[in-house]
Amino acid sequence: MRRVLYALIPGIGAQFWWFGWGVLFSIGIASVVALAAEAAVLAIRDKSLKLYLGDCSALVTAWLLAAALPALAPWWLTAVGVAFAIIVAKHLYGGLGYNPFNPAMVGYVVLLISFPLEMSTWPALQHGLGFLDTAQLVFTGQLPAGVTLDAVTGATPLDAVKTQLSLGKSMAEITSGSLFGLLGGRGWEWVSLAYLAGGLWLVYTRVAAWRIPAAMLSSIVLLAGIFYALDPQAQPSPWFHLFSVSSIYGAFFIATDPVSASTTPRGRLLYGAGIGVLTYIIRSLGGYPDGVAFAVLLMNITAPTIDYYTQPRVFGARRG
Amino acid sequence: MVARSLAQAPFRLWTFNGGLRLASHKAESTWAAVTHAALPKRLILPLQQHIGSAAKVIVAAGERVRKGQLLAKADGYISAGLHAPSSGTVAALREHPIAHPSGFSASCVILETDGLEEWCELPPPLADYLAVTPAELRQRVRDAGIVGLGGACFPSAVKLNPDPSVRIDLLILNGAECEPYITCDDMLMRERARQIIGGLLIMRHALQVKAAIIGIEDNKPEAYAALVRALAEYGMEVEGISIRTVPTLYPAGGEKQLLRVLTGCEVPSQGIPAEIGMVCHNVGTAAAVFDAVMEGRPLISRYVTITGDGVRNPRVLDVLIGTPISELIEQCGGYNREVKRLLMGGPMMGFALQSDEVPVAKGTNCILATGGLETEPAPVMPCIRCGACMDVCPANLLPQQLYWHARSKEFDRLQDYHLFDCIECGCCAVVCPSHIPLIQYYRFAKTEIWAQQREKQKADLARRRHEFHLERIEREKQEKAAKLRQKKAALQETFTAEDPRKAVIAAAVARATAKQADAKLVTTADAARERDT
Repeated sequence: MRRVLYALIPGIGAQFWWFGWGVLFSIGIASVVALAAEAAVLAIRDKSLKLYLGDCSALVTAWLLAAALPALAPWWLTAVGVAFAIIVAKHLYGGLGYNPFNPAMVGYVVLLISFPLEMSTWPALQHGLGFLDTAQLVFTGQLPAGVTLDAVTGATPLDAVKTQLSLGKSMAEITSGSLFGLLGGRGWEWVSLAYLAGGLWLVYTRVAAWRIPAAMLSSIVLLAGIFYALDPQAQPSPWFHLFSVSSIYGAFFIATDPVSASTTPRGRLLYGAGIGVLTYIIRSLGGYPDGVAFAVLLMNITAPTIDYYTQPRVFGARRG
Repeated sequence: MVARSLAQAPFRLWTFNGGLRLASHKAESTWAAVTHAALPKRLILPLQQHIGSAAKVIVAAGERVRKGQLLAKADGYISAGLHAPSSGTVAALREHPIAHPSGFSASCVILETDGLEEWCELPPPLADYLAVTPAELRQRVRDAGIVGLGGACFPSAVKLNPDPSVRIDLLILNGAECEPYITCDDMLMRERARQIIGGLLIMRHALQVKAAIIGIEDNKPEAYAALVRALAEYGMEVEGISIRTVPTLYPAGGEKQLLRVLTGCEVPSQGIPAEIGMVCHNVGTAAAVFDAVMEGRPLISRYVTITGDGVRNPRVLDVLIGTPISELIEQCGGYNREVKRLLMGGPMMGFALQSDEVPVAKGTNCILATGGLETEPAPVMPCIRCGACMDVCPANLLPQQLYWHARSKEFDRLQDYHLFDCIECGCCAVVCPSHIPLIQYYRFAKTEIWAQQREKQKADLARRRHEFHLERIEREKQEKAAKLRQKKAALQETFTAEDPRKAVIAAAVARATAKQADAKLVTTADAARERDT
């Protein structure tokens, strides 16, 4: 699982470039809390610390969750999310290998429901806060003198599209704004590309099953493409869906968690496609800014059933 | 039909799912020519060395026997006889530890050898095998106690006698020997290629098939060359036989996998090759058939690989069945000081022996003593369902799901996931990143399911017996009642027969009532007529 951490580095690097030091603070806080929580539960459960901390699974959960949080998230937000993910979503279900739900996404959804304000306060691109200023903001909630919260935060591209569409603007008008780049949101598209690079490496090294991200991304592109073709002025383009938001990150790093995903070849295709469809629906029609987390959790429930009905043809069994 | 056309089709090979490229470790034991192992003082001969019922002893303790003499005869159709590997005295008939994963003991004939190697009178050679009927050939194979020498030990005569309702088109000889370390078939093909081809010809005649393929993994070029040379030395009679190398990919030597690679056909799930018109025998079996038919020699010895980094001079020996393993190890220079484990079979499908006092059996292909190079087994971690096992499974199973349900003992689910299609090749356990000994779980589950089925059969039998019992009681009751009724009726009959006056009275009464009834009928008819008018 160490390789998942390596694969996250380019994406986290890109987030750091666009969103500043807060990203690294979140990663650091999440790592410390995750290791502490994991160690505590392992000690209670009388398991070998060396073995189970050494497998890096707690760190993977921590990084996956931290990377999904707003970059200037206060320290307690990260800590609560990670602690919930490790203690409740992972260990109360039996620990590594036994959790039916993706722990990082359980933590994310708990935060999203409990602290909607903090979870939707995204920093503006290259907001210019330095290391110490960011530390102060993250740990004490105090902004440096003369800086207002509005100055360092901004709408995410998806928020911008949603609000401006509701104001009657066309997609062409919206995407000509300064928030948008070539493919999707400015900055965000580079983050997505960096995660794509890491994700492709994971698939290449066979750490991640290729079928899940392939099916998830194609179903998103397909759905978005259909609706975009029907009404290009009122619907975001497929590439916007792909590169502005969490699609690529979710497809390669979240949906591919083997423990909670489907495990058969055909099952993985179905599972990935299900996440893609649900993500698109929640994103387009739902009240939450993004749907990947909910889509993943919903499909987690279906994984055992999918597996049962998608067994491969056994050697010597009749075809068809 | 399909099979025959495939055998003659241009060279093409097929693949199966997964499989592993493993370090072969074959060179260690193939450096020296095969020699006879020294004659041991005592031979230990288990009565059950094959699939089927155990052989029945026909000698008594204290009896002197000669080499090749029958010690125990086949008991039933699926069984195999047992012959004296050397001359000597039957010391005892008793339990002795045998090669078994659980270290069981079983009934054995213990033979004290006398060193004279005095042969008994052997049946005459059937040199012109084509003039002999298939049935006679099968009988000869059966009399020689030959079983499948690839490891499964199924009585060969049975496999040479397929169900008459199926048509066999293709005979396949398995010389793949895909498991690491094992080299006995490799050496056999190098040194006894002529006998293997000869045995193949005899089997072909016994099965009445024309087409035959010998399959060898491509990491055995010497064996391949030797077989090609031997084939060329035979004349026209070898037409229809081809020798093909298959890629070295474990478990290409598994019967189902080899058939798939050579012909593209799949043996039906939980079925046998005969269902698709094929029969598959091991090369060692072919050589044994040759010896039995051409020389009258029963199966009393075999090639065994003694190897591993726990033994000083690994090599292949020609070993008498029943030789204690400890003696073989000694002849290979003894154990290294670092020896840790003794396996019978290869590293993938073999099992650990508890003692080296167990004897070589007909199915023993390899003794593997692992030593210093074997690292401590890595700690077992939870399954994360990564699916690496699924990717290498040659049977297309979902080992991760089987593991999950085996752990929770959900036996119905296990059968839904086709547990019984698992060939226990061990690929899944090798690639498992969590180092889970998966095969152990599957074997456990299979044993449990078999036990349950036996229990169920027993319960069914008991229930049927009980129902039958109740039925019988009921039937007896009814029979009794019926008899009683019959008796009564008979009594009555005799009574009426005895008294003719009564019969006369009865007839008179009957006449009177009939008359009355007629009168009534007339009056009612008249009344009806009056009413109508």
